[in-house]
Amino acid sequence: MPVLVFVESAEGKVKKTSLEAVAYAHAMGQGVTAIALGNVDKEELEALGTYGAQKVLHASDSKLNDGIIQAYASVLVKALQDEQADILVLANSSLGTPVAARVAAKISASLASNVVELPNTSAGFAVKRSIYTGKAFMQVELKNQKKVIGIKKNAAEAKAVGLPVQATPYAVTLNDADFAVKITSSEKATGEVLLPEANIVVSGGRGMKGPEHWGILEELAKTLHAATGCSKPVSDMHWRPHHEHVGQTGVKVAPQLYIAVGISGAIQHLAGVNSSKCIVVINKDADAPFFKAADYGIVGDAFDVVPKLTAAIKAIK
Amino acid sequence: MKILVCITHVPDTTSKINFTDNNTRFNTAGVQFIIGPYDDYSLARAIEIKEATPGATVTVLNVGPADTEPTIRKALSVGADDAVRINAEPTDSFFVAKQIAEHAKSIGYDLILMGRESIDYNSGVVHGIVGELLGWPSVSPVMKLDIEGTKAKLAREIEGGKEFLEVNLPFVAGCQEPIAEWKIPNMRGIMSARTKPLKVVEPVSVDSGVKLQQFELPPPKGAVKMIAADNVAELVTLLKNEAKVL
Ligand SMILES: Cc1cc2nc3c(=O)[nH]c(=O)nc-3n(C[C@H](O)[C@H](O)[C@H](O)COP(=O)(O)OP(=O)(O)OC[C@H]3O[C@@H](n4cnc5c(N)ncnc54)[C@H](O)[C@@H]3O)c2cc1C
Ligand SMILES: Nc1ncnc2c1ncn2[C@@H]1O[C@H](COP(=O)(O)O)[C@@H](O)[C@H]1O
Repeated sequence: MPVLVFVESAEGKVKKTSLEAVAYAHAMGQGVTAIALGNVDKEELEALGTYGAQKVLHASDSKLNDGIIQAYASVLVKALQDEQADILVLANSSLGTPVAARVAAKISASLASNVVELPNTSAGFAVKRSIYTGKAFMQVELKNQKKVIGIKKNAAEAKAVGLPVQATPYAVTLNDADFAVKITSSEKATGEVLLPEANIVVSGGRGMKGPEHWGILEELAKTLHAATGCSKPVSDMHWRPHHEHVGQTGVKVAPQLYIAVGISGAIQHLAGVNSSKCIVVINKDADAPFFKAADYGIVGDAFDVVPKLTAAIKAIK
Repeated sequence: MKILVCITHVPDTTSKINFTDNNTRFNTAGVQFIIGPYDDYSLARAIEIKEATPGATVTVLNVGPADTEPTIRKALSVGADDAVRINAEPTDSFFVAKQIAEHAKSIGYDLILMGRESIDYNSGVVHGIVGELLGWPSVSPVMKLDIEGTKAKLAREIEGGKEFLEVNLPFVAGCQEPIAEWKIPNMRGIMSARTKPLKVVEPVSVDSGVKLQQFELPPPKGAVKMIAADNVAELVTLLKNEAKVL
């Protein structure tokens, strides 16, 4: 019985976190059917095979181009039935998580989000999930036959394990009641590396003194092909857009490398970055709490250290 | 217009997290409890809407044992009219959602606001489940919410941007900043909160599909390696060869 994976996309491209979901489902070892909704590029769909899907369903109805939670949930429930799948895996995201909730409620599934490891099936079916905003974990048993598993970023590594497959068109009958929510317009950051997906994040705090000084961080980010982030006061003061705010009440990131510049390291900020693999802190105050959570630290003035760091990285590239 | 705001009672964001009873219970010793920060945003927005809408009321609801009452009173002190506590230890998201949905059916609200996620379980799902159980639309994470008659205009966050939406009442929203600014209770609010109605309701029974086995703390972090400010090349070497992240 295959595991069904909901594949999210933006501008026709499959999200990296969804490739991780396919990889996670593949590692469960019972076969994977991936399903993508709305407008997705043909090559992107085929590539899902490379990451471990045996079968790729594509519900290409243009009404599904927008991420409408209820409609997506209904299509996924239908696909679970058609594929005779008991388990749905998806990546936790601002869309994936609410969709998971509605799917689980529709089919009375056991639901777990922010799962960080493969299921333990030695006795029953248990998963480990991240709680207290990264400060702890809990092991929970998913008792129902049907299960919906949302995985946290980096719970699995997307890697090539198979060959491209041809996507199968998947016809769905859409129900008007599922389109009660209408999307009227959107504002998207384009051309930048998206914060939740980035492998490297360069983040600035109040120590940057003002929005006019972000150039040196953007330059460093560009050199590293990194996304830019910030602390809460920085977005509260509108120095940076809200979607860059990292922490307890903002985006939770889990990059390979998080570089924090002029951020004191308040516990609420740390809650958003504690899943990072490696943390570098640059702060002029040797007593800044962030150093305790860091792997590498430099005590120094951001305006001096950051340009030097950018130059040193350019030198090795 | 009747608005329901569902609030959690969670450890203050600066709390150290510990467990007892063989890692099966959260250790409350020395922990301060607060309204979940996201719930606090939704509460603040609900009160703004109430103030702008003649006749509107705000009810707060928590599913929890009696020790959550000080947190519920805090919500009353910033301007909610009355409160409901469903007298049960929340076991999982579905259990909580079912209690909220049953209560909502018995009253008939026009709008249910929640936080995008709780900061203890971080599930981000209770609003979606409640929406499904009531057959209402649900939207999350909502960063802007304006009511215009029977219709609402919202903005929700998506990865790297936002989308603007329209939906008719009733619906459920999971909220986050900058939907409103947190409200701080004043003396009059605190006094009046003491006498506002707080109704205790017994839970409906629910078959939970999720069972806690145990809690776990992450391994302690290794010591930080300090590098001199005039030696950034050393940092780059370490990132490349030791941490292997470049
Ligand atoms: C419920 C709640 C939720 C919160 N959620 C979040 C959240 O999600 N994210 C978040 O970030 N915060 C959050 N906060 C706020 C948090 O408590 C801190 O206030 C905030 O993180 C501080 O931001 P900062 O480090 O940029 O500023 P500051 O604390 O002012 O620190 C600035 C730092 O810059 C350093 N500095 C100054 N000049 C220089 C220079 N020239 N070069 C190098 N370093 C310099 C200083 O030494 C200092 O360490 C929350 C707070 C509460 C109560
Ligand atoms: N025990 C509870 N009582 C009342 N509301 C709750 C409870 N648990 C969760 N909620 C609401 O559901 C939202 C999402 O919670 P969660 O799905 O646990 O992340 C919270 O922000 C609250 O608004």
